[in-house]
Amino acid sequence: MLRIAHKLRCGFAKMTVREAINSAMAQEIERDSNVFLIGEEVGQYQGAYKVSKGLYDRFGKSRIWDTPITEAGFTGLSVGAAMYGLKPIVEFMTFNFAMQAIDHVINSSAKLNYMSAGGLKTSIVFRGINGAAAAVAAQHSQCFAAWYSQVPGLIVLSPYDCDDARGLLKAAVRNPNPVVFLENEIMYNEAFEVPENVMDKDYLIPIGKAKVMREGKDVTIVTFSKMVKYSMLAAAELEREGISCEVINLRTLKPLDRNTIIKSLQKTHRVVTVEEGWGQCGIGAEICSIINETNAFFHLDAPVVRVTGVDIPTPYAFNLEELSFPKTHNIVEAVKLVLK
Amino acid sequence: MIFRISRSCFSSISVKLPPFKVHHLELDQLPQTATTTSSELLAYYKSMQLQRRMEIACDNLYKQRLIRGFLHLADGQESIYEGLHAGLTFDDCVITAYRDHCIALLRGDTPHQIIAEMMAKQTGSTKGKGGSMHYYKKATNFYGGHGIVGAQIPLGTGLAFAQKYLKKPNVTLIMFGDGAANQGQLYEAANMAQLWHLPAIYFIENNLFGMGTSIDRASANTKFYTRGDVIPGIQIDGNNVFQVRETLKFAKKHCLEKGPIFIEAMTYRYHGHSMSDPGVTYRTREEVQQQRKTRDCINYVKNIILENKVADEPQLEEIDNSTQNEIDIAVEQAKVDPVPPSTELTTDVYVDNENHFIRGILYKDSIVPKSQ
Repeated sequence: MLRIAHKLRCGFAKMTVREAINSAMAQEIERDSNVFLIGEEVGQYQGAYKVSKGLYDRFGKSRIWDTPITEAGFTGLSVGAAMYGLKPIVEFMTFNFAMQAIDHVINSSAKLNYMSAGGLKTSIVFRGINGAAAAVAAQHSQCFAAWYSQVPGLIVLSPYDCDDARGLLKAAVRNPNPVVFLENEIMYNEAFEVPENVMDKDYLIPIGKAKVMREGKDVTIVTFSKMVKYSMLAAAELEREGISCEVINLRTLKPLDRNTIIKSLQKTHRVVTVEEGWGQCGIGAEICSIINETNAFFHLDAPVVRVTGVDIPTPYAFNLEELSFPKTHNIVEAVKLVLK
Repeated sequence: MIFRISRSCFSSISVKLPPFKVHHLELDQLPQTATTTSSELLAYYKSMQLQRRMEIACDNLYKQRLIRGFLHLADGQESIYEGLHAGLTFDDCVITAYRDHCIALLRGDTPHQIIAEMMAKQTGSTKGKGGSMHYYKKATNFYGGHGIVGAQIPLGTGLAFAQKYLKKPNVTLIMFGDGAANQGQLYEAANMAQLWHLPAIYFIENNLFGMGTSIDRASANTKFYTRGDVIPGIQIDGNNVFQVRETLKFAKKHCLEKGPIFIEAMTYRYHGHSMSDPGVTYRTREEVQQQRKTRDCINYVKNIILENKVADEPQLEEIDNSTQNEIDIAVEQAKVDPVPPSTELTTDVYVDNENHFIRGILYKDSIVPKSQ
C-alpha cells in the first residue's frame, strides 16, 4: 500500500481516487483466485485511464484480460463466467459504451436469480466512468445512475472519495449480487488523506448506507459522486453566510438509504438534491418521491429543491459545457431557494 | 442408409453415418460409422418418445389455456437433444435459448417439474417464476433457458472461459438457431473463443426458418458451419442421433486440444416457431408432412430396431404407451398442484433477499428488511 500512497504522517496516507480503485482491485484479485479483471486496454496498455496500472505486470494475463472492442461479447462472456462461479470485474471504458452491452447487465445478470428461483446467480461487478468528463461531447458524457438504479436485482454504487472507492469496490466484489459501480473521471485525479484502516485489505463499507459528510441544521443536501465535492464547497460558502448545511453522500444509489435522508430532514426540515444527470426520472426525483410517500413529508417546511443537469445532450464548447452541469453556485442558489 | 455390419452375441450393431460437410477440417478425421447396442437403441427410442410426447402434451395444454405466454416446441428435433446427452457429460455445460424443454428433461428435470413450470405451479422447475423459456439446473451444468435471441451465445462462451480458467477437462455446448446465427454477439464471442482457445462448441440447430423467415431471406451465407471463418466447422444431419453423438465426441476432443468449433445440425421443427405461429404460412403442409414421413428422427431409430430385430412393433408400442402414460400422469399431477404462494412474488430478487428493500405497488406495501 505504501508503494502507491504517500505516507503523510503516522497512520495516514495520501492517495488519488484512481489509486484507491487500483489498490482495491489489486487486493481483491490477490485475495480470491476467482476474481479477474476484464475489459478494453486494462492489461498491457495499463488501462485507458490508468486505473488498472501495474495490475497486468503483477498478476499476468490469466487474471487481467484485454478484450477486443466488443462490449456485448465480453460483457456476456463475463456474465457467463459468473454463472459458472467466477467473479469478474468488468471494466467499461465508459458507461456510454455499456449501452451496447446493457442487455447482458439487465436481462442476463440482474434478472437471473429471480427467473431461476435462486438456481443461478452472478457475483459480478460492472465498473467504469459515468457522467460528464470535460469536452468529450454528447455521446461520451451521459450519467446512467437513474437507468441502472431502477432495475430490481442490481446493486448500484457510486463512490466519491478514496474511502468510498476502496470500501465500496471491495464490498462490491464480495457481494453475491451483480453490482454496477459508477466512477467519475474528474474524481480520478483528486487526492485525499486516507487513514490506515482504510488501506486494510479487508476494509469494507456497508452497501445501502449513506454517509453524512458534514453535519448541519438548516438544510440537508443529498448527493453522490463528484457533486459531493461541489456540495461541500457550497456548504463551506454558505457557512460563511450563517447557513448550516448537512451534506449526505449517498454512496449507494440502489438500495437508496431512505433512513439517513429522513433522519436528516427531520432535523433540518429542508432538502436539496444534487445530481449531474438529467432531471426526468432521476435520482433527485426518486428522493422527492420517497420523502413524499412517507411521514417525512410532514417534516418539510418547504418543497424539495432539485439541482440537476440541463435537459440536453452535452455540448462540446467549453462555455456551453460549463452551463450544462451543476456547479457550486447552483447549489448555493438552491439552498437559498429552499430557505426562502 | 443403415447397414448391419456386425452383430456379435453382445448385440453390438454398427450404423453407417450420413456424410459430413467440413470447413477447415479433413473428412478423414471424422468417423464413418457408429456402434450401438440393443439396449442403447431402446433407451434412445424411449427417451425421444418421452420428449416428443411431452412437447405434444404442452401443445394440448396451451390450447386449453393451461399454459400461457410463449411456448416454443421442439418436436422433430429430439435426436439433437438425445445426441448431446449421449455425446457429452453432466460436467460439460449446456446453454440454449427458449426451445429448451427437452434439454431440461435430459439434464435432470422430471416431466412433472417441466410441465408444472409451464402451468405456472409451485412445483415447477423454477417455482412457476420462470416459465417455458427459463429452465436451469446448476447441478447438471444446464444454464438455461434464455429469452433474448443470441444472448446465450456470449454467456455460453463465458462458461467455456470459466472451464478453461479453472482447468476443467470439459466443454460448453452453446446452442442457437439459424435465426440467431446472424447476431453480432455470436461473432464477438466466437472471436474471443478462438483468440483464447476456449472449449466452446457453437451448435447451430438449423431448422431452415427463423420464426417465419427462411434462411435464404435472412442469411447472405447459409453455410452456417463456415460462418466461424477461421474456426473449423462441420455440418451434420441433426435428425440422426448417432451422427450428433459422434460429432459431439469429436468436438469435445477438438475443443480441449485446440479451441472452438462450429457444428451445424440440419433439422426440422414440426410446430411453428411458437404457438402463435401455425407454421404453414411460410412453408407448406405438404413439406411438413414429407419431413415427418421421410426424416423423422424417432422413426429412424425405430427402423434400426426393427431391421435388427431388437424389438418388434408390439414391444415398441408398449414403450409408446408407457411414455404416454408417464406424461399423462405428470400432466394430471401438475393440474392439481397449487400455484406459487403470493409471498413468492418478492423472493429471489437478490441472492441475500432478506437484506433488501422491495417496493410494493403502494409504498406502504413495500417489503422492508429487518435491518431497516
